Amino acid sequence: MDFGSINPVLLLASLMVAATPILIAALGELVVERTGVLNLGVEGMMITGAICGFATAVNTGSPLIGFIAAAVGGAGLSLLFAFLTQVALANQVASGLGLTLFGLGLSALLGQGYQGIKPPPTGKLDIPLLADIPVLGPILFNHDIMVYAGLALCAAVWAVLKYTRAGLILRAVGENHDAAHALGYKVVRVRMLAIMFGGACAGLGGAYISLIRVPQWTEGMTAGAGWIALALVVFASWKAGRVLLGAWLFGGITVLQLNLQAAGAQLPIPALGWAVILGLAIYGVAKAATKSPMTTKQLWTLGTLFTASLAFALLTQGIRVPFKVEYLSMSPYLITILVLVIMSADKSRAPASLGRIFHASQ
Amino acid sequence: MLKLEKRPQPSRLWTWAAPLLAVVLTMILGGALFAALGKDPVEAIATIFWQPLFGEHAFYYRPQLLVKGAPLVLIAIGLALGFKAGIWNIGAEGQYIIGALTGAAVGLAFYPLEAWYIFPLMVLAGALGGWLWAMIPALLRVQFGTNEILVSLMLVYVAEQLLAAMALGPMKNPDGYGFPGSRNFQEYPAAHNAELFAGSGMHWGVVAALIAVILAYILLGRHILGYQIRLTGQAPRAARFAGVSPARLVLFCLGASGALAGLAGMFEVSGPAGQVSIDFNVGYGFTAIIVAFLGRLHPVGIALAGLLMALTYIGGEIAQSSLGLPAAAIQLFQGTLLFVLLAVDLLTNYRVRLKTAEAA
Repeated sequence: MDFGSINPVLLLASLMVAATPILIAALGELVVERTGVLNLGVEGMMITGAICGFATAVNTGSPLIGFIAAAVGGAGLSLLFAFLTQVALANQVASGLGLTLFGLGLSALLGQGYQGIKPPPTGKLDIPLLADIPVLGPILFNHDIMVYAGLALCAAVWAVLKYTRAGLILRAVGENHDAAHALGYKVVRVRMLAIMFGGACAGLGGAYISLIRVPQWTEGMTAGAGWIALALVVFASWKAGRVLLGAWLFGGITVLQLNLQAAGAQLPIPALGWAVILGLAIYGVAKAATKSPMTTKQLWTLGTLFTASLAFALLTQGIRVPFKVEYLSMSPYLITILVLVIMSADKSRAPASLGRIFHASQ
Repeated sequence: MLKLEKRPQPSRLWTWAAPLLAVVLTMILGGALFAALGKDPVEAIATIFWQPLFGEHAFYYRPQLLVKGAPLVLIAIGLALGFKAGIWNIGAEGQYIIGALTGAAVGLAFYPLEAWYIFPLMVLAGALGGWLWAMIPALLRVQFGTNEILVSLMLVYVAEQLLAAMALGPMKNPDGYGFPGSRNFQEYPAAHNAELFAGSGMHWGVVAALIAVILAYILLGRHILGYQIRLTGQAPRAARFAGVSPARLVLFCLGASGALAGLAGMFEVSGPAGQVSIDFNVGYGFTAIIVAFLGRLHPVGIALAGLLMALTYIGGEIAQSSLGLPAAAIQLFQGTLLFVLLAVDLLTNYRVRLKTAEAA
């Protein structure tokens, strides 16, 4: 394999681009979940946003109007979910799944006749001077405007949740909707607005994929990005800053995986063993950090797994299997699972009313 | 103003009337959609719901109802067990694929041997494959508390990649002139899931679906495990105090739905589909979610809902060829059905009353 063909500067620059759609979508979902609503329809809203934005941009010739249309489309679709869960008091998990299935169908229908077309290009924001800095310039200061919009959104969500009255009300609704209701806050209205904000963000994220990242339209093109965004919120323990970190991590894996495909990577089997050992070590540290003592049984399991993977790594030393494209393509999903497992030890940060139905009896 | 009043118990009448009302409402909404696409709405709805059953070529389409309904019912029965207990396996599509792969692998390994035990072994392998794939989210949930919704769904994408890798690699037909896809089971009698009576559409998958319906009915209505599933869904805390082990339920519900989805995949690959190919899966695992809800998570309801969904698949195909209705329109139609059902379900759990003037 030729690692030399992978340029680290380009890799980091495309990491920023790959991270943007899931960052924007996850920030929207973060706000929704902080109000105590679990919307599993991110994937459906993303793909609807992707086609709304794409079709509008192609027809008007303006990517900006396309992005606006995507946000409107995503928010519009999310209204269906808002109606079901907030007015008709339906189960949020089922409604979210319904939203995804509905969105996938809707986007496929809307997208007929848009296959194989190129959208109008979105210009790069060449910041003078800064973009010319070697290494840092191409990585940080030579992107399209949505990359910066995503970063700004992240800062805004963080600040609003932490420092404003609106953020406080929003969190109160998410932590205890009965108490918030008793204090006179409009629980349903707050949640409706949050759901629409989440829909708009998901739509923007989807449009980023169809207008800039790929850029073209194919059915089902978001390929699980919405679900990864959902996982990202859990990974981030419902904190905006950590969503950014998570998005970069997943963006990095996606980009690296694509680069390895291009470079014709081979799977060094011992690396698998070492990866398991590393994972166990991280798990152990995370466990120790939460200060809950491990039971003897857990210690034994951990020890056995550790020994087994060490033995596996040593025994398979030097064996290399050529990587198939399909196996590399699995990696973002597998990493998502791995990260979820590591992060799910600590559930204390989840909004207390998450997923519960609110019905004011009076 | 309308006012909602929570019913002390879900309405028995609406529990069963809601799906029927939802189907009717969806037909109206669907008609509007088809009209918006420039098709005659009445003709389109008639094509989807009437043609396959009583139309000119109904003799061909009626057996298809069983062929398409069996996998939906098999998967939905398993999903319903979990959904009842609040355990959300939404990765049935992945378990379906893996079941097909493991089942096919056993069959292909024996090729060209002709023996009676090959097909039963394939059935076992299919169920085992689906079960193992579902055990990943189950064990992670039990051991680490990881969200089974996200994990099972991520594994669908992994399974799809694995399917592609197998169809292009190890399972590729050596006599296939380089085309992707495995040997065709329809040309390998010992491993072929053939129709039991010619022209009836009745294959072993249909039999398995019927058995699953009956077993699930007994399990939920008569067995302590079924009682624990229902109890956990309605009152998780009470269930824990009553000594129900949540971990055991997670393992059982996910395992059972995985095994059933795996079976569905195995019967499909060895029968109607015939071979392992890249586009083998057509979304039964996701449509089964709609089937499970439409059937009220009740085995008999699911059997009926599965047939109805099969009808929309077949009718959709007819409408596609005769009216030029896009395939996506049918997908949207199915999604709408779930939405409308969830909305109509309000009537099951709440009483809608006219609000009279209240003394402040």
